[in-house]
Amino acid sequence: MTAPHDRPTAAELIESVREWLERDVAPAVDGRLSFHTRVAMNSLDIVLRELAAGNEMLQRHDAMLRSLDVTSDADLSAKIRSGEFDTSLADVLTSLAPVIEDKVRVSNPKYLLEN
Amino acid sequence: MASPQHAELEAGLGRVLGASRVESLRRLTGGASRETWRFQADGNDFVLQRVRPGRPDGLGCEPAVLSAAFAAGVPVPEVVVDGSKSTDLELPFMIVRAVEGETIARKILRDDEFAHARTVLASQLGTAAAKLHSIDHSQISGLATSDQLTMYRKVLDDLGEPHPVFEIAFRWLEKNRPLSEVACLVHGDYRLGNVMVNAEGLTAILDWELAHVGDPMEDLAWLCVRAWRFGGAFPVAGVGSYQQLFVAYEQASGISPHPDVVRWWEILGTLKWGIMCIAQANTHLSGVARSHELAAIGRRVCENEYDILTMLREVLV
Repeated sequence: MTAPHDRPTAAELIESVREWLERDVAPAVDGRLSFHTRVAMNSLDIVLRELAAGNEMLQRHDAMLRSLDVTSDADLSAKIRSGEFDTSLADVLTSLAPVIEDKVRVSNPKYLLEN
Repeated sequence: MASPQHAELEAGLGRVLGASRVESLRRLTGGASRETWRFQADGNDFVLQRVRPGRPDGLGCEPAVLSAAFAAGVPVPEVVVDGSKSTDLELPFMIVRAVEGETIARKILRDDEFAHARTVLASQLGTAAAKLHSIDHSQISGLATSDQLTMYRKVLDDLGEPHPVFEIAFRWLEKNRPLSEVACLVHGDYRLGNVMVNAEGLTAILDWELAHVGDPMEDLAWLCVRAWRFGGAFPVAGVGSYQQLFVAYEQASGISPHPDVVRWWEILGTLKWGIMCIAQANTHLSGVARSHELAAIGRRVCENEYDILTMLREVLV
């Protein structure tokens, strides 16, 4: 799975650093450094979730672009801006919803309202 | 801890205040554009705000705005010395009387000490907003009047990172602008984190750097943007209901906030914070200030896409 590399995998390496931050660094610091340690742990959690999500989110994003007949987020943005989707903005939002939810699921899953 | 710079600043503070004894001078965390110090002079507590070197914009009209707010009965620290045009402390400064209270949102939202404050804060913020919006701003020179939507359109374009949800938001906001004829003094950053709270509730409204002339509903809505609820379950500063805020505002001003207008400003506020998240990550990515904290904020952009999507799906049917 990780060839040609040896274990630990990318995720396992990040996990090891995250564990060290939580176990050794966080209890030993306070104030600003403590806050910044939590920020660092949170960023590593984001990367771990992104790695775990694999290709599925990319595929959902591609499917959204295809369904709206655009080539990229930039293309879609330009077309929304020029008024091309003015009569179907609600439909565009419906198409975008699963992609935005994917992004939040990786960056901050607790933010999703269903949870 | 008394360095020569400390001693020099203490002596300077004594001179500008006409005080015989200045002591306990200590640096507080400040913003990017200014440094903040706390000290005692002849037994009274004061806070000094001084512009950082290399910041040509100075204090702007903030001391004048604060003084006007104080005179209007808004809970704000009293300006004791307006040094915005002075060289007595080398760089522009102001000295205000210290106000006691907590500003850290997490503590205000969760600590037992603020249990009562949480029940009254939304109403108090409504009353204070009404008072600050009633200030006659014609005597204050230098207040910005720029259109928020136009301003943030340009910020996003300059960042060069288009987001489809943000484009839908711009489109909808442009087409559904509220017919606002009111142009009053607006705080511009009216939210949890910029207010001081004790066990009884609101003690001071701080951080007036973004004060400008605009629609009063901008302040009420910014207070409700989800980012400024800091995880709190309720819309107003995480602790109160729209109803509490609106009723208090109407009682103090005679103006009944229209929920649709507040919603328009809340969507714009969410869009603004989303764009600011891109900008903060960009500060790191471009190398202006390398910081893992700024970098992480880039991944909060989607929280705002998510909130805009949720709000717009209610109005776009």
